[in-house]
Amino acid sequence: MSAKVSETDLHAYVDGALDEAHRREVEAHLAASPEDAERVRAWQEQLAQMRASFNPVLDEPLPDRLHAAISRRRFPYALAASFLVAGIAVGWLGKGVLAPEARAPAASLSKRAAVAHAVYAPEVRHPVEVGAGEQDHLVKWLSKRLGEELKAPVLSREGFELVGGRLLPGETGPVAQFMYQDARGQRLTLYVSRANANRDTAFRFSQEERVSVFYWVDGRLGYALSAELPREELLAVATAVYRQLNP
Amino acid sequence: MDREAVASHIPRLRRYARALVGDRHRADDLVQDTLERALTKLHLWRPGSDMRAWLFAIMHNLYVNQARARRSGIASLEDIAEPPAPGGAVDRLEIRDLQAALAAIPAEQRAVVLLVGLEEMSYAEAARALGVPIGTVMSRLARGRERLRQLLASGAGAAPSLKVVK
Repeated sequence: MSAKVSETDLHAYVDGALDEAHRREVEAHLAASPEDAERVRAWQEQLAQMRASFNPVLDEPLPDRLHAAISRRRFPYALAASFLVAGIAVGWLGKGVLAPEARAPAASLSKRAAVAHAVYAPEVRHPVEVGAGEQDHLVKWLSKRLGEELKAPVLSREGFELVGGRLLPGETGPVAQFMYQDARGQRLTLYVSRANANRDTAFRFSQEERVSVFYWVDGRLGYALSAELPREELLAVATAVYRQLNP
Repeated sequence: MDREAVASHIPRLRRYARALVGDRHRADDLVQDTLERALTKLHLWRPGSDMRAWLFAIMHNLYVNQARARRSGIASLEDIAEPPAPGGAVDRLEIRDLQAALAAIPAEQRAVVLLVGLEEMSYAEAARALGVPIGTVMSRLARGRERLRQLLASGAGAAPSLKVVK
């Protein structure tokens, strides 16, 4: 090896870490030293093999457990489980038992909304079915499925931008979920379903584990706004939503 | 926001872990542990500093501690599990040879070889991620690459099982 070219230089050459002048020196050295040239070639081949072998990992879909590990909060399994048990208890499969006591549907509205929030808000890759980029299509589609004209409120003043929305199965039919996100990544969801009792209600508040929910019935639709936010903060957003839906 | 930043590094953490550990499930275990640790320590991360180096440092520490705890510390052939889905030209045997060779070099050398080769870190970044001086990175890189070269050269065509003896 020439005095000027060290072992370190050879590696730096392979790693593309040399400036132009150094690179030329190393190349001149390699031209004169077949043994070093062979080692460098073998290292380059190692690199190519390594990348070809492991780069495909980058494109593999993430396993659920890694999604879960990174989602903003741990998924409230207890909440989902309690809902499942409740659902079975009231005859989810038997149907009809839910023929409601005036309050019951509203109460279950908040619970269902909270579960839907807990399920979808932590999603990193697929939080919504249709993104905010296609907002017109999203609102039209969901309106059509619910059979009511829906609106996606604009909450930029409250610091939230629309992420998109999805269609969910509700107790008696389709439900729309709009998702919003603020600059910190805090998400809130607006859950909209057809109300079975056509009776307006005031805002009601419910705390489902970490998820705070404000819910109300307005005309033929029931709304529930969910987020992992303190009650007062969520109330401010709920008020803005209500005002926009009732201009 | 920081959480999203952490999330954006997951594919690369997985790639590195897969090459470092060999087995897919154990590699994802390591990634999962890394994410959980990172999130509990997220308030310690200084915005503006190098998040990738920070995450890889967390992973490295976990890996070292786990390897120490397992005590055996040496990969058995069973540990060198299934290679990733071949990406076109690479044939399975070649992957097996490379994985076997990687598993056969000391973990500290393997880490440097992979951070520089796969993750394309600069020597300074690799030094930060591993918490060692740059000179150490250079010497481990040189020894690791040489050892790999010898293993791959001698292993060409031979049964890979013979190579994983330490």
